[in-house]
Amino acid sequence: MRSPLPRVSRRGKVTLVVVGITLVLLLFLNQIVGLWTDWLWFGEIGYTNVFGGLLKTKIWLFVLFGVGVGAFIGGNLYLGFRLRPMLRANSAEQHALERYRMLLSPRIGLWIGIRGAWKRNSVFDRISLGASLALYAMPEFWLGIMLLIAFGVGVGSFPGLFPTGGLSSPNTQLASLGGFWDVARHLFLPCLTLTLAYIAEYALVMRSSLLDELGEDYLTTARAKGLREALVLRRHAVPNALLPTTTLIFLNLGFVVSGAITIETVFSWPGLGLLSYEALRTPDYPLLQGVFLLFSAAVIIANLIADLLYAYLDPRVRTG
Amino acid sequence: MTQPTIEEPLGGAPQTDLTLPPALPPQLSPRAIARARRRQAAGRAWSEYRRNSIGMVGLAILVLFVAMAVFAPVLVPASKLDVTKATGTPFSPPSAEFPLGTDESGRSVLALTIWGSRVSLLVGFLASVISVVIGSVVGIAAGHFGRWTDSVLMRVTDWFLVIPFLPLAIVLATVLGPSLANIAFVIGITSWPGTARIVRAQALAVTSRPYIERARALGAGDWHLITRHVLPNVVPLIFANTVLIVAVAILSETTLAFLGLGDPLRVSWGSMLDSAFTQGAASIGAWWYLVPPGVAILLVVLAFTMIGQALESVLNPRLRGR
Repeated sequence: MRSPLPRVSRRGKVTLVVVGITLVLLLFLNQIVGLWTDWLWFGEIGYTNVFGGLLKTKIWLFVLFGVGVGAFIGGNLYLGFRLRPMLRANSAEQHALERYRMLLSPRIGLWIGIRGAWKRNSVFDRISLGASLALYAMPEFWLGIMLLIAFGVGVGSFPGLFPTGGLSSPNTQLASLGGFWDVARHLFLPCLTLTLAYIAEYALVMRSSLLDELGEDYLTTARAKGLREALVLRRHAVPNALLPTTTLIFLNLGFVVSGAITIETVFSWPGLGLLSYEALRTPDYPLLQGVFLLFSAAVIIANLIADLLYAYLDPRVRTG
Repeated sequence: MTQPTIEEPLGGAPQTDLTLPPALPPQLSPRAIARARRRQAAGRAWSEYRRNSIGMVGLAILVLFVAMAVFAPVLVPASKLDVTKATGTPFSPPSAEFPLGTDESGRSVLALTIWGSRVSLLVGFLASVISVVIGSVVGIAAGHFGRWTDSVLMRVTDWFLVIPFLPLAIVLATVLGPSLANIAFVIGITSWPGTARIVRAQALAVTSRPYIERARALGAGDWHLITRHVLPNVVPLIFANTVLIVAVAILSETTLAFLGLGDPLRVSWGSMLDSAFTQGAASIGAWWYLVPPGVAILLVVLAFTMIGQALESVLNPRLRGR
């Protein structure tokens, strides 16, 4: 499948211009809605609420983010060890690639995609492709609701294993070990939902970009000079196929903030996502605007980093 | 870079036999010849597609759902959707009378799911038409004219590409107000840049071919070049891309409706999930209200993805036979 997100603009400059325009647009939209001058909003639930809300939720945003990344790295350690020899590269650039990938570690998805593409039509490929397509085809919040019913509420005589929502149980001492355990239990289902949704996407994109590389002449050359298949894969095919995936990972890093709107709503996780959902329902336009300004900034900064990294990873972009 | 180098729509096979079928009369206008050649190519692509089992399964699912949407008024009378005429007890589990249970006001979930397919599919199709038309026009113009047209159009495309989809869509939908046409417009206007990029790349490749230069030397204008040479080469690509965009558009509609931005007067799968969730169906374990719309979305999006993938492997000879 072709990724719905092709390569983004290569020049950091363009991105900076984009930052400017976005800010202008968001401010202008406020003018259109006509709330900028509406002192009622301004006075009662306007900007103080925005900053108060941001302050209240910012800490939990970082917690969610940190624990999410931690869960990714921890959960994937085993697979990561298996993947590393496959991906270990020689040149300095490829080492950098490896380091940067370890930082984010959406490894399961990439591993599934690589294995599927390399052994196309094998049993593994068929099962993983089917599962990824199914996960990709369902709205992520619906997946969240289903997991919530199955593991939170419980089905029939099967009791719920995890809390159904919120940050922690009432009367929990957050600073204690028990409090930490409690928050971790509350985090499990939202993290699982997001992880499943993103694994599917990475696997699909990785598979298709590796498939694109497989017909290339340089792989025939590599084989003709006597390289083993494993080396052909990890030194030649995978580094090139990783480039489009790089962009996607960084784009998603930005989208995790906004994509979490629905997930946070489902699990009533008190983060920015839930805040914007409530702002949307009230509706509190200034609050909405403040939150979206933040989201746009996050996505655009992630993009900028991806652009700069891309130039670093791909010599063709640097010279071009 | 992996696009097939073909000159007829819907056919990726390297053409070995350029002669026309002998049954055709000898004197034919160039247009009739081109038409016959294209019909032949379409036939070849279809027979290639038919051998792709994944694609055929996807097509079957899609036909089923489209039929359900078209015949919804025949299958379930519209009065079943009226909250005031609802007969069931709220949130009752599946029974003989209500095969998929009832919603918070006692309406049949089955009836809602059947009617919901209309809005979901309609918004999906409308949004992708908007998106694909904008994307193709921008892509072809940028690829064919090049130079400053290209750079201006591509900067605009970049801008739409990097701006986060969901926030932009939510802001637009809030400003425009919730209605079916607005939702389709919002999704269409935010999802075209991918198409524009893909189409531009292909148009660029076609425009640089020698036969375009020859046609220009023979006096062909830009309009002729675009409609006769560039467009036929880009159409297969646009077609495969459209199918994938419909899938994305349906998912986007669901998300927007779940956030309460859908058309409040019509039932869609997204709005069903929205009211199910806000009415607390998840916490009382009313799975029968949540599962049907979700499974319907899953199946339709899966069907479109399968068809899109099958089309790509038909149109992209490099993926074939591996």
